[in-house]
Amino acid sequence: MIEVENLCKTFRVARREAGFREAVKALFRREYETIHALDNISFSIAAGEMVGYIGPNGAGKSSTIKILSGILTPDSGLCRVNGRTPWKERTRHVQEIGVVFGQRSQLWWDVPVNDSFELLREIYNIPPAVYKRNVDELTELLSLKQLLRTPARQLSLGQRMRCEIGASLLHDPKILFLDEPTIGLDAVSKLAVREFIKRLNQQRGTTVILTTHDMQDIEALASRIILIGKGRILLDGSLEDIRRGGEQIDETVAELYKKFDVT
Amino acid sequence: MRLYLKYFLIHLKSVMQYKGSFFATVTGSFFTSFSVFLGVFFMFQRFHTVAGFSYEEVLLCYGIMLMGFSIAQMFASGFKVFDSMIANGEFDRILCRPRNEIFQVLAFRIDFVRIGMLLQGMVMLVYGLLSCQVDWNFPRVLTVVFMVAGGMTLFSALFLLEGAIAFFTLQGLEFMNVFTYGAIEHGKYPIGIYGRGMLLFCTFCIPYALVQYYPLLYLLGRADEWWNIFLPLAACLFVLPCWVVWRIGVRHYKSTGS
Repeated sequence: MIEVENLCKTFRVARREAGFREAVKALFRREYETIHALDNISFSIAAGEMVGYIGPNGAGKSSTIKILSGILTPDSGLCRVNGRTPWKERTRHVQEIGVVFGQRSQLWWDVPVNDSFELLREIYNIPPAVYKRNVDELTELLSLKQLLRTPARQLSLGQRMRCEIGASLLHDPKILFLDEPTIGLDAVSKLAVREFIKRLNQQRGTTVILTTHDMQDIEALASRIILIGKGRILLDGSLEDIRRGGEQIDETVAELYKKFDVT
Repeated sequence: MRLYLKYFLIHLKSVMQYKGSFFATVTGSFFTSFSVFLGVFFMFQRFHTVAGFSYEEVLLCYGIMLMGFSIAQMFASGFKVFDSMIANGEFDRILCRPRNEIFQVLAFRIDFVRIGMLLQGMVMLVYGLLSCQVDWNFPRVLTVVFMVAGGMTLFSALFLLEGAIAFFTLQGLEFMNVFTYGAIEHGKYPIGIYGRGMLLFCTFCIPYALVQYYPLLYLLGRADEWWNIFLPLAACLFVLPCWVVWRIGVRHYKSTGS
């Protein structure tokens, strides 16, 4: 389903000291530092898997998701998703994936969520029968009935996230990328979101790739964990593999970060 | 096209949510260009002609330019805010959707308040057409249509270029306004009055003269060559290099953190 081989991506970041003098100096001579966001990443994910992609801030999680979803072009390496290279066949590739960025909205701010859904139907060319089936199903599972008629700007974060997830599933994607889907949600919304993702994976067999800092998300959802740090894959295995028993998942992960010296 | 209509309706619905602000801004945009018109008016109170062009002829010229400019501002304004679309991740979202990026940026923002400026342009155009005693025939009507369409395309292309440059600088470039706002300032008067150097620049580098000066001469009966009618269409070729820069930009796209 997803195959990634020797993926590399570097960014050039301008560095300077704080202060006005340094700012002026940087105008003329700038020091760049090359950051290896991804350094020879390889993994493969089979259809129907639920994978938790974890690592400290700045480890390269988002870069990977962005390459897999066709937003970024890597410097080198191979990547096949559903047999396609995302950045080369962007439009056909994105037709088959759904992406949820926890920190960004895909709903149109000033109009009811319903209108956003209608527009997405048009954008993805979803057949009417499929659209109706999906909206009915998602409305029920995510309890969207009341929300659909509300403008997106008036939704609470939890309500909005449910709508976001609904919006990214209207076109029956085979793969769903979730970038921190539970960030900032209250306990009830978190549980609802997790429950829904689980059912989606079990019933429709949707492949789910999830990045998060919330280890309870991982515990509840991911059968497999990929740990990334400083642009390299440090660990790829099941939750049981990394756990020695007894301790909290947060501690386990903190321990791992220390062990690999990636904090 | 149907999809664009959908986007259009969404924007219309959004605008209607903020009625008061909408009408205030439309009025504002009308009067801004009206003040420019007054400037031209007072100048002609003193001088009567500028380099052989009468008041009415200048008005006609300005009206046509203003229409092309305001239509471009209305429909291609997505590119004008493109640096902020990169900054807030909106462009990431666009790339996640199975449609052409340029189409989506165009559809992302429709700046309805430019209607004020468009109306101003229309009023000037109509007044200019009525008072200039143009010898009307089919080719001349066609010329006016081509001039407005060519102006619109040319300004849109410049906005596209401005957006494309934001890929490399990650910030909007004010100097591009020299070519857009600057052109609309200069474009009040037929380009020819600024001298030969300017005319050459506006013919071969950024082809404003092709949508404005040459066809205007034809319209006013000062040039007879038939090909003047089609020069605005030639100016549309300017889109091509802008598009190439855009394509290179998309490939260099770096996105922003998280």
